[in-house]
Amino acid sequence: MSEQAGGTTRQGDGGPSPDGAVLSLAGISKRFGAVHALSDASLAVKAGEVVALVGDNGAGKSTMIKAIAGVNPADDGEILWEGRPVTITKPHDAATLGIATVYQDLALCDNLDVVANLFLGNEVANGIVLDEISMERRATELLDTLSVKIPSVRTPVASLSGGQRQSVAIARSLLGEPKVVLLDEPTAALGVAQTAQVLDLIERLRDRGLGVVLISHNLADVRAVADRVAVLRLGRNAGEFVMAETSQEQIVEAITGASESVVTRRQARVEAAEAARDVGQKRQASDPQEQS
Amino acid sequence: MSTTTTSTPPPPPVEPATAEKRSSPFGVVAERLRSGELGPWPVIIGLIIIWIVFQSLNDRFLTAQNLSNMAVQIAAAGTISVGVVLVLLLGEIDLSVGSVAGVGAAALAVLSVRHGVGEVPAVIIVLILGALIGTLQGFIFAKVGVPAFVVTLAGNLGWLGLQLYLLFPQGTINIPYDGFVAKLTHTNLSRIAGWVVGALIVVAYAAAAVVDGRRRARAGLPTPSMTATLVRIIGLAVVIGATVAVLNSWQGVPLALVIFVGLVVVMDLVLRRTRYGRQIFAVGGNVEAARRAGMNVAAIRISVFALASTFAAFGGILFASRSFAASQATGGGDTLLIAIAAAVIGGVSLFGGRGSAYGALLGSLVLGSIASGMFLLQLESSVRYMITAAVLLAAVILDSLSRRGRAAHGRA
Repeated sequence: MSEQAGGTTRQGDGGPSPDGAVLSLAGISKRFGAVHALSDASLAVKAGEVVALVGDNGAGKSTMIKAIAGVNPADDGEILWEGRPVTITKPHDAATLGIATVYQDLALCDNLDVVANLFLGNEVANGIVLDEISMERRATELLDTLSVKIPSVRTPVASLSGGQRQSVAIARSLLGEPKVVLLDEPTAALGVAQTAQVLDLIERLRDRGLGVVLISHNLADVRAVADRVAVLRLGRNAGEFVMAETSQEQIVEAITGASESVVTRRQARVEAAEAARDVGQKRQASDPQEQS
Repeated sequence: MSTTTTSTPPPPPVEPATAEKRSSPFGVVAERLRSGELGPWPVIIGLIIIWIVFQSLNDRFLTAQNLSNMAVQIAAAGTISVGVVLVLLLGEIDLSVGSVAGVGAAALAVLSVRHGVGEVPAVIIVLILGALIGTLQGFIFAKVGVPAFVVTLAGNLGWLGLQLYLLFPQGTINIPYDGFVAKLTHTNLSRIAGWVVGALIVVAYAAAAVVDGRRRARAGLPTPSMTATLVRIIGLAVVIGATVAVLNSWQGVPLALVIFVGLVVVMDLVLRRTRYGRQIFAVGGNVEAARRAGMNVAAIRISVFALASTFAAFGGILFASRSFAASQATGGGDTLLIAIAAAVIGGVSLFGGRGSAYGALLGSLVLGSIASGMFLLQLESSVRYMITAAVLLAAVILDSLSRRGRAAHGRA
């Protein structure tokens, strides 16, 4: 963690919390012993909007997601669902409201096929016999509307690529007809083409009118799909930006808490090196030219 | 809204998720080979090789009499093996099945012979006893968190102790030759009954395949090609027809074989077609995923251990039936290891989540064939053990290799 003590915390920089949010959280706090994982943090997402939740390691992104998902409820704070105050104390509460979460580890059963994974825990059955046909039909329809391309819905998940697995996990979260989908690092560990697949899928979720909260470390991905960016730093809101009006530098500043940090120095260095187009200059990179 | 700054490509045209509407049988086989999903084929091929070898060494091997004996011999251990398959699918192990079989046999004999309980009620009581034993072991494993290996190892010793205690002081209790229990393994279907049972199975399979195909077609789903369906139905008809014909040419289809195969078929349907079966596979594949999907993992685990012990107790009853007695040795010796080896040889993965109930049948056939062939060749059991070990090792190596194949191909 790069630290500049006393970095300015800029609340509401660039755009206020939108009205008419499906889900909005305010004053969320969470402590783990002496550690304040979240202090007075807020987040809002509207229907048909992708909000990226970014921040450095330990900034409280996962804590926030777990509070929304009911896995690890917040100590304090207010959660509004379609304008009504609600309490979320267990995963079931979140699911009932219409909040679906896709965790980083996906929680797929490799030995089962795509249909079985999509309906895991929600199998359709006539009496005690599984209704494979209606499950397969619904699975095919769902994947078609999301334009998810897989060899066959009867392929074991083990033989799918990382992007396809992520797509299956996201598609599964949609079966409960949620209004808000939380995606925890959906593009981590994916290749370029697979990342593009998943980003396309996220856009399709938005086009279906879902509110999407996207946790990511990858600012390029965030830029590609997010409408707004909410930055957390040390458990507090460190800025909220409308993507179209914001440069990457502004986001990095908010994440690191300073306009001058190891990230900006590196960026400046790279830009300088590129400008010079001289291989020999790279060796001088240890003596950075400050440009910020 | 929807103001992305970078230029995103327009959404690609909607393509069907399924690349091919009809899956060709050859394509499926090739794909399975590459991805390490081999299914039952290695063990079927192995079984054919074993039969060819033994038949060439002794031409009495593939006679109706020998095959008929073999069918009865594999029923008891095979029934235990069905329960072991369930436990292996969870990715666990049950080392107590041999002793539980012994307790089952002993309890049956004590109840029916010593206490005069009717044989049918005695069988039911023994099955309940088996379920209770399994529930206890499953509870200690799933709720207390003791590894199944250790719980069932303790069970292996403890239930053996109970078996010896029940049989004290005689050590061996004979059961009536003409009772219900004895008849379980000493009855053959009449020739006509054999044909009827065989025909019913084929017709039921064909009807299910046709109905399923029609419903899939109506739902607009890819259907298996007509040839593939026909090949499967004819293949099944040939196998069953040949089995019935051979067994009928001796004394008819043994009831014990019908019971064993019936249990396998029922468990296969439970595993593949019911929510409970899906839960077993899910827990075996990824416990965390199963838990997050809202499944009661502990209840599933306990129920599977209960089922395994129930199957083991019934296997014990079949052992007692076959030898007309419950003795201190019933369910002892290599019973446990044969039951586990049969499941593994039958293609059930030790890593959990992969395999089928038919693994118990195929693996039992392989081990029964080896035992029978060795007996005909009048070889010592020392040789039998070593050959069984080699086959078991080959099966486990295949399991590990196919797991590695899956890891290389996708993820294991």
